[in-house]
Amino acid sequence: MSSLSKRPAGAVVGRSLRHESAALHVTGRACFTDDLVPRTKDVLHAWPVQAPHAHALLSRLDTRAARDVPGVVHVLTGEDVPGVGDSGDSDDEPLFPTEVCFHGQAVCWVLADSLEAARRGAAAVRVDYEPLPAILTLPEAIAAGSFQGAQPTLRRGDVEAGLARSAHVLDGELEMAGQEHFYLETHAALATVEDDGTVLVQSSTQHPSETQAVVARVLGRPRHEVTVQCLRMGGGFGGKEMQPHGYAAVAALGAIRTGRPVRVRLTRSQDLTMTGKRHGFHARWRVGLDDEGRLQALEATLTSDGGWSLDLSQPVLTRALCHVDNAYWIPDVRVTGRIARTHKTSQTAFRGFGGPQGMLVVEDILGRCAPLLGLEPHELRRRNFYQDGQTTPYGQEITQAGRLHRAWDQVTRTAGLDRRRAEIAQFNATHEHRQRAVAITPVKFGISFNLTAFNQAGALVHVYADGSVLVNHGGTEMGQGLHTKMLQVAATALGVAPDTVRIAPTRTDKVPNTSATAASSGSDLNGAAVKDACEQIRDRLAQVAAQRLGVPAADVRFRDGVVSGLGTGTTVPWAEVVAAAYVARTHLSAAGFYRTEGLHWSSTVMQGSPFKYFAHGVAATEVEVDGFTGAYRTRRVDIVHDVGDSLSPLVDLGQIEGAFAQGAGWLTLEDLRWDTGDGEHRGRLATASASTYKLPSIAELPPVVHVALLEHAHEEGAVYGSKAVGEPPLMLAISVREALRQACAAFGPEGTVVELPSPATPEAVFWALQAARAGHGGGIEGGDGPPPPEADPEAPERRPQTETLLHQLGEG
Amino acid sequence: MTRTSRPETAVAPAFLTVNGQGTPLGDVTPHTTTLDWLRDRGLTGAKEGCAEGECGACAVLLSRPGADATTTEWVAVNSCLVPVAALDGQEVVTAEGLGSPDRLHPVQRELADRGGTQCGYCTPGFVCAMAAEFYRPDRTTRAPRHELDDDHEHGPNGFDLHALSGNLCRCTGYRPIRDAAYALGDPTGTDPLAERRRRPPPDPRHTRVRADGAELVRPTDLTETVRLLADHPDAVLLAGSTDVGVDVSLRGSRPALLVAVDRVPELRHLQVDDGSIRIGAALSLTEVERGLAGRVPLLAQLFPLFASRLVRNTATLGGNLGTASPIGDAAPVLLALEASIVLAGPDGERVVPLADYFTGYRSSVRRPGELIREIHIPVPLAGTAAFHKVAKRRVDDISSVAVAYALDVTDGTVVRARIGLGGVGATPLRARRTESTLEGMPWTRRTAAEAAAVLATEGTPLSDHRASARYRSAMLEQSLLRLHAEHPAAGEEPS
Repeated sequence: MSSLSKRPAGAVVGRSLRHESAALHVTGRACFTDDLVPRTKDVLHAWPVQAPHAHALLSRLDTRAARDVPGVVHVLTGEDVPGVGDSGDSDDEPLFPTEVCFHGQAVCWVLADSLEAARRGAAAVRVDYEPLPAILTLPEAIAAGSFQGAQPTLRRGDVEAGLARSAHVLDGELEMAGQEHFYLETHAALATVEDDGTVLVQSSTQHPSETQAVVARVLGRPRHEVTVQCLRMGGGFGGKEMQPHGYAAVAALGAIRTGRPVRVRLTRSQDLTMTGKRHGFHARWRVGLDDEGRLQALEATLTSDGGWSLDLSQPVLTRALCHVDNAYWIPDVRVTGRIARTHKTSQTAFRGFGGPQGMLVVEDILGRCAPLLGLEPHELRRRNFYQDGQTTPYGQEITQAGRLHRAWDQVTRTAGLDRRRAEIAQFNATHEHRQRAVAITPVKFGISFNLTAFNQAGALVHVYADGSVLVNHGGTEMGQGLHTKMLQVAATALGVAPDTVRIAPTRTDKVPNTSATAASSGSDLNGAAVKDACEQIRDRLAQVAAQRLGVPAADVRFRDGVVSGLGTGTTVPWAEVVAAAYVARTHLSAAGFYRTEGLHWSSTVMQGSPFKYFAHGVAATEVEVDGFTGAYRTRRVDIVHDVGDSLSPLVDLGQIEGAFAQGAGWLTLEDLRWDTGDGEHRGRLATASASTYKLPSIAELPPVVHVALLEHAHEEGAVYGSKAVGEPPLMLAISVREALRQACAAFGPEGTVVELPSPATPEAVFWALQAARAGHGGGIEGGDGPPPPEADPEAPERRPQTETLLHQLGEG
Repeated sequence: MTRTSRPETAVAPAFLTVNGQGTPLGDVTPHTTTLDWLRDRGLTGAKEGCAEGECGACAVLLSRPGADATTTEWVAVNSCLVPVAALDGQEVVTAEGLGSPDRLHPVQRELADRGGTQCGYCTPGFVCAMAAEFYRPDRTTRAPRHELDDDHEHGPNGFDLHALSGNLCRCTGYRPIRDAAYALGDPTGTDPLAERRRRPPPDPRHTRVRADGAELVRPTDLTETVRLLADHPDAVLLAGSTDVGVDVSLRGSRPALLVAVDRVPELRHLQVDDGSIRIGAALSLTEVERGLAGRVPLLAQLFPLFASRLVRNTATLGGNLGTASPIGDAAPVLLALEASIVLAGPDGERVVPLADYFTGYRSSVRRPGELIREIHIPVPLAGTAAFHKVAKRRVDDISSVAVAYALDVTDGTVVRARIGLGGVGATPLRARRTESTLEGMPWTRRTAAEAAAVLATEGTPLSDHRASARYRSAMLEQSLLRLHAEHPAAGEEPS
């Protein structure tokens, strides 16, 4: 067992503590960025002027009338920028654009004494536009050849040979929609100018160091003149990794320009229309399987909808390609990726970061192929699982295949799947208008940033002379429980009670050059850095305690706030050791650091071992579909998930369940719609409010939810034996989609193949089950009954690929 | 009180009791939301998540009249929608007022201990919505049910999960929140908010708030209301503020005169007698639901599907019909019930059948200066009643299509059919061709199928982000098939 992963006796990690801010949350005392406004004097409020075109040139910007609106203090335009006016680091996201590239893009910002005055001022700004043609959908972009960034290919073996030796060769297409993050707290920043002219920006950001870098660049200042603090976020989910920078920059620019604090807080509609979302993807594929249903070859082209600028689209695409195998061994692979440039918001990181989209391709393929092969979908999936010693298409060795097998078998057993499949068959046979299905799907998800350099972290730990401990680390708290885990790590490393430790808000002047709290890596990286810092201090304290206890320093033990020596009955309270150490002039502060070892990745050849390890999970979901409407209910979910040795079980369960719900929302309910017509509103987001973009509510919570953490799951190379948990469970929700597919199929004859759009909204499910019924051909039995519902003659051709598949299967 | 003039000097400064402390409203406009007002005072527990009453992050507890006038009920409302001036004299409790970190309220403790908070942003709103249900006087402890029982939406402690249907959480997946809700006990004898229920809520005040070129007035009775409307035909009526509030916060609407009618006594009665049921237009939907206690099955089916509890706690039938929206869910139900509405105006009252009320998209026969006083539902009610709402999300969503049925089937024959439709035209409408197809026919699958084909052609549905036109038409057709499947004639097997 490595020193990083080994847990001492009496460890605080592993206990189910409540969220470290829970008492503040429930009493309304927990401050988020915008809650600082009433505590700050003379704040100016910012309101954007949003362009009403998807693509246009800005021919005139006249702010005079706005400045006449009572309360308006200033209108920020490009002329105010002393540095580089870009909200990213690639110079493709101008802060004050002269060419509008998506409907709703901010062209300038009005600052006023009240939000109401800023809003009125924005309405008074006169802007003239010269509209230009706009590309909105993936098919439009593909047809027009509108792409941006690199077009990598992931390749192993000879895919043509693989297809040639396959007994069955199938092809198809899949288009999957994106997803709005809908963190409950919209983007917010509050900037103040300090006495020495430096700038403090409070920002709801997952990436304070990058926010700092962008703000400094916009202001034309060195980074040490800009401090960024994130108290906590009301959700991030990736949406606050790259996207906060521009809003922080606007606030900072306004504060520098006016000398007053400036607050930017997007309304929900502004947030929906201005900030990036999960990438929608289009996939075209060919797959080969042998007679037993074993995957032989996969050829695919994945096209993501990047929106108007690159943002994080390239690493998102890389991760999509690296997860197209999910849990399955595919000998010959060639998968090409490309990023469409469209006139929409710049799509960005979202929990899973391309992994879900890549994984959905292969799960969709298996779900569609199973009936054609005459196999149960669960059997087809199980048959293709990786074995240890095999490698992924990008060359990383599989070493924990057994964990997935164990999780799969545990879910099968504890969820009673064999029994329930029989019950469901019985139910379906006796119900004309409702059909049920249960589906089980696996997740294997790589942990680490693909880009090796990001896999580092720092921490700064202070022990005060009274024994209390303050931990600073580079990670941000967005609800995922990172601070709770870091508190437990520090308490474990120092051998003190949890309430001895406090976690400070994340600040760039405490821990510099941090990576984004992203890629599920927050606990792995920052936990190891916190542990390193704590152990430096603990080792110094051991020297002091050794003298008091009369043992060698190596024999001093710290546990539960008590310091003892091996083989002696004497103990000294923690605070007393600390006080003595202070008097003895011991350094009671330490900077910790960690970098993940053993990673390598070449983005040019798309080969390497980019991941420290894989996280695994299995979910079985039962749904019931209403044949009249396509509406559905999830009746039961059973999950076994691999979090290593959990640092904080209550937090980890929360991450698993929350990710599952969010994934289910993406795949079934949440429905981003843009106006793609040719009218004057072309490019406008049609679902730009909470009343039109619907998230899962408590009514979508299944009656029965069983989640278990995989046992005997120690992770050798990670902090206290744990594993990352933020993203992987999102993809457990693919089981919901596959259950819906199977339930739709149950409305048709045996072996019906169902193609399901994503998201599988009730309308989409209705048409899918109608298509399944239409495959039945016959009327409803019993004489005096209505005719079977007809397939809609105006419906677009929905199943061309399936017909191809059926045809080819017939020949095979 | 004088009603011949409205001397401004007669109106005392507006105030609100917040967490037990009387607080002058101070410098507010008629459009200042309760949320913004609370936050400006440093009470940042209530959060803005959507500013349109969809997410519940801004929920607070509000004192409202209980089932009888001598008691108070704590209801949860969306503070982002309600102008603070409309709460003049009332009592509000926020998450900060329920407990403190070292003295958590039972609701707060359960949420904290069970992992019910992750990012914590939605949490204060959940706390308030959950506390309202905790204090609901008719919440009764029931025997625990089997976990796959259809009624998993009620806890063993009588907690109705629908109380939380208007609160969105993006982090937890809700299971720990449900567990917290179902673990709650009863308020203790010394609980101050439980104690407060035993006394009546504050009387409404004769409010006048004027600022920023606009005014909010709370008249004391119908006579004054009608006169105000006659003098100011452009006045906007404010009851639950669930529609006006969205216009103000999302669409920048700033009505010059808001007339708050939610406590006008003549609009707040509920009478059930032999000939009709009369429902005051300004009763909240929650009050109507409780007052009717299931006596109108069609309405009982409607209420749980109408927005969320947070919205139903202030929204009114008068408001839902007053906006004349084609997708308001009350209209199809009331059309099927053959309801009439009583319009009160300067020239007295007139009764208009609801079927004749709507004249076009968001327009009606209601004249400037008129308001809806009450809704009449004739009795006896039809024997077969069903409300079918098709939406992306099962609850708290706007209908793609809504269909309400009131059928009388006697000796296997459809004697009378009334069908109300929403979402398939510029107004809510009656499916008259389908009704006449059904009437006089035996209630069989064949009749249902034939009528379904007719129903599919009623209205002029459009395609939008909620649904395609062809799905809407298909849903009309399927709806009638479903009605028959679920309500077969006597002797037919349900399928």
